[in-house]
Amino acid sequence: MSATEATTVDSTELAHNVDVDPPHGSAVSAVDMTVSREAVRTPAERIRRGVRAALPPLAVFVVIVIIWYGANAILAPTQKFLVPTIDQVIIQGFGGPSGSQILIAVLRTTGVAITGLAIAAVLGIGWATAMSLARWVQRSTYPYAVILQCIPILALVPLIGVWFGYEFNARVVVCVMIALFPMVANTLFGLQSVERSQHELFQLQKASKWTVLTKLMYPAALPSIFLGLRTSAGLAVVGAIVGDFFFQRGQPGVGTLLQTYARLLSYPQLFAAIIASALLGVAMFFIFGLIAKIAVGKWYDPVN
Amino acid sequence: MAMTAPAPTPTSVGTQTPLVDFTNVAMKFPNGTVALSGVNITVNRGEFVTVVGPSGCGKSTLLRIASGLETASEGTATVSTDRIGYVFQDATLLAWRDVQRNVELLAELNKQPKKERREKARAAIDLVGLTGFEKNLPKQLSGGMKMRASLARSLTLDPELFLFDEPFGALDEITRERLNDELIQLFVREGFAGMFITHSVSEAVYLSTKVVVMSGRPGTIVNTFDVPFPMPRDPDIRFTAEFAELVGEVSHALREGHQG
Repeated sequence: MSATEATTVDSTELAHNVDVDPPHGSAVSAVDMTVSREAVRTPAERIRRGVRAALPPLAVFVVIVIIWYGANAILAPTQKFLVPTIDQVIIQGFGGPSGSQILIAVLRTTGVAITGLAIAAVLGIGWATAMSLARWVQRSTYPYAVILQCIPILALVPLIGVWFGYEFNARVVVCVMIALFPMVANTLFGLQSVERSQHELFQLQKASKWTVLTKLMYPAALPSIFLGLRTSAGLAVVGAIVGDFFFQRGQPGVGTLLQTYARLLSYPQLFAAIIASALLGVAMFFIFGLIAKIAVGKWYDPVN
Repeated sequence: MAMTAPAPTPTSVGTQTPLVDFTNVAMKFPNGTVALSGVNITVNRGEFVTVVGPSGCGKSTLLRIASGLETASEGTATVSTDRIGYVFQDATLLAWRDVQRNVELLAELNKQPKKERREKARAAIDLVGLTGFEKNLPKQLSGGMKMRASLARSLTLDPELFLFDEPFGALDEITRERLNDELIQLFVREGFAGMFITHSVSEAVYLSTKVVVMSGRPGTIVNTFDVPFPMPRDPDIRFTAEFAELVGEVSHALREGHQG
């Protein structure tokens, strides 16, 4: 967060420096100065900044660990198994046979989530494109996107099982249904964020709809599309785990393992599986954030 | 005051067909708003015509009709060139393209070969004084520089007619005056005809060979003033009595049009 703020400040300063608009000579040097100052803050200072940013959450982590051990210490010996200690989670949960079991299950769930996310992205971007090109498509179909979002997914689960079987396909369908709306809504917002004058700029050159779409609307919508992808990625993980709960035929996903460990009272393993699921969600969120930054971070200025 | 030829067009203006010829143009929008009514206006080669008028009088609509973005609901609007540059109120640069690629855009949309459009863009960037900023992204540019890039982009069309829709309205005064001077230099050198919309009376008088004053909605033409000062304009002309007098007359017409 603080890193993005810092770059934003820099870019406004850069613009401000050349605002006086003098004949090129001096303007160039003003820009050069700012750019080089930006370049100066590279390895050492960046690391220092990174450390400073990481310290507060690290401190909170330490507090959480202390509370965790404290809870275990307070509990009566017969109840201690309810809150296994971190070392138990690591040794018995992640180590041993359950470790590889969890890893394989998480990978399977990841496969489901990514497949679902990919389908949701294609459908969502396609749907939003159709809506942005033809007003009547938006007027007639957007309400259903909203309704789809409002149906409690659990209400559909029995039907999904009947229609798509109780394995991989059904789990993917759950992911698609849960991840579709953010893709549609964000893409549509992005496509419609193009200013009228920019459309007219293309219109004056008699650009085709396809050209307008590829050279204007999609690039302009990219930041919103990535925001949608990031939101949907998190939801797709939720969807995949929900799918694991209900569609347990075939290879088990991490959701299946969670239920199994709970039933068997294997709490260190249960905790390990929970942590692995959480890490999966976090990883998806970060990866799509990173992709977004690489794709649009250079030109996209969230302030404007 | 001695009249020099306003632009390097050797033939006399009167014998040519005008580039822009509006006869009795009216504009009524579907929602019932009447933006323009009975407007007659001509822009000849070598002329720089500025339209001043109160907000909402349909000044911009004139340009939109001239460019083909809108069609007049009454009257005839003839534009006898298809090399039209259009500069919007905002710079309308594409945020994801650097200056070079933004300036190349129009040539790219017209499917010109890569090498040709790159050279054209480079020449236009030179003309507006943005050399050295080719690789900068719009977010790294000041308002004035964005406008220069926008001007350069239209220059790549090699326009015979240049339409300006209040392009400098959002800039500070120093930048605006500098860009006014550079625009005049471009006008003299490139020989396009100009049609310029503004709120500022002194900008109108300074820039143009002819000032057209419009009334409030529905926009009609109140009066037209010829500006006798030679091109390119001497910046100090702003401080002469003749300039002040003309600005006064235009302002007067503007006020009358607003009240009537």
